[in-house]
Amino acid sequence: MDLSVIVEHWDRYIEGFGNTVLVSLLSLVLSFLLGSLIAVLRISPIKILRIVSAAYVEFVKNIPLLLIIFFFYYGSSELGLSLDGFTAGTIGLTIYTSAFIAEAIRAGILAVPKGQTEAARSSGLTYGQTMIHIVLPQAIKIVVPPLGNQFLNLIKNSSILGVIAGMDLMYFGDLINSDTLDTVNVYIGVALFYLVLTVPLSFGVRYLEIRMART
Amino acid sequence: MKSRKLFKLGFIMLSLMLVLAACGKAKEPEGGGNASDAPGGEAKTLEAIKKRDKLVVGVKYDTNLFGLKDPGTGQVNGFDIDIAKAIAKKLLGDENKIELKEVTSKTRIPMLNKGDIDAIIATMTISEERKKEVDFTDVYFKAGQSLLVKKGSPIKSIDDVKGKKGIKVLAVKGSTSAKNIREKAPDAQVLEFENYQEAFTALKSGKGEALTTDNAILFGMMKQDANYEVVGGTFTDEPYGIAIRKGDAEFVKAVNDTLKEMKDSGEYAKIHEKWIGEKPAQ
Repeated sequence: MDLSVIVEHWDRYIEGFGNTVLVSLLSLVLSFLLGSLIAVLRISPIKILRIVSAAYVEFVKNIPLLLIIFFFYYGSSELGLSLDGFTAGTIGLTIYTSAFIAEAIRAGILAVPKGQTEAARSSGLTYGQTMIHIVLPQAIKIVVPPLGNQFLNLIKNSSILGVIAGMDLMYFGDLINSDTLDTVNVYIGVALFYLVLTVPLSFGVRYLEIRMART
Repeated sequence: MKSRKLFKLGFIMLSLMLVLAACGKAKEPEGGGNASDAPGGEAKTLEAIKKRDKLVVGVKYDTNLFGLKDPGTGQVNGFDIDIAKAIAKKLLGDENKIELKEVTSKTRIPMLNKGDIDAIIATMTISEERKKEVDFTDVYFKAGQSLLVKKGSPIKSIDDVKGKKGIKVLAVKGSTSAKNIREKAPDAQVLEFENYQEAFTALKSGKGEALTTDNAILFGMMKQDANYEVVGGTFTDEPYGIAIRKGDAEFVKAVNDTLKEMKDSGEYAKIHEKWIGEKPAQ
């Protein structure tokens, strides 16, 4: 093992790493918002919203991420707006991850005892108020570990940008590999950069979990 | 807790390394073979062909436009095959007095030097290294890297890509063409894809202004979709030649004469247009 290749191609590693961080952060925030919305719709009292949101989740989580990404990358041109690899990748990752986040949050909401909702509603709170002030704060605690896992998956899944020239860590890893043919060491370098992102996140989630259990 | 984490990490790295080691550096050496002790070498090929009344040629069976076997009919067709037929016609008076044998980039030189075939007509680039093992005829196809663009594009040649910022050129990961275009046009943004099909799809969906690789492959794409064209000739040189056993000057001359006659009579241009889709660039 000779990792000098990482030093020699440091610039390209860092450029890719920066884009991987960016796409991960963007998709993380966006998919959390979208996923929360879908989760609330899935348990809303209005039937049509439940059906639409359930269909969304089933559809998105049951097709490969690669296809979703290809759809937004190559398909966007058919609709007249040509997205670049980074943008198409961010949208694809957001859509894909939001389905899993919606499932995790829904499970968390359902785990909050029904009596809480009933008490809130009979005190005169609307459905929306009940969700925001009573149910979601409790659900969040239950949901932290599975959400953390989804975010870890999101970071790792972002490597799919490499196949649509999304300028991420994996893309530059491939390019460095084709220049040097030092395959093993190049990808060990790539793996190390992913670990720099995922290991702290993993520990952060564990820390939150412990803190929230105390309150 | 901590040691378990460390163990986990080590395990992940180890399996990663194993997988990567298995699929890494799988480049095979090309050519090789025994040039010196070739039977039938030195000015005997032409005689042998006439005695046998048949020309035995090594061609590719898997290369679009140049030598491709039709799985339906079992026939092999292409640019290289038509060149071989023309040579048979000149030497033996009948273009059907020919036997095709499949070669690959790896097997062709050993097969020639062993005497299995009389000549290699198989998208073979003339290079100094190969000249140590075989003799080459004159160039019969000017291969090299070129650009594929949408018809009517302002890009007419590599010069239109040079010195301008923001032009996106599509290429395939791991190809020398990606490296070449970076050297020739350092201001262009090169986007690299997994394979030719994806790169071509990206060009069609407007992800870049031009696609670059060997012109032989680009001509194949142009045949697939007439809205795209190869422009500006080649900006790297990979001339294809016919390889003949070393030291057989008589046979080399006979083939060169045939090639020259074909060029003069317009037959070469006809074959070129039939397979490549346009007349040969001068």
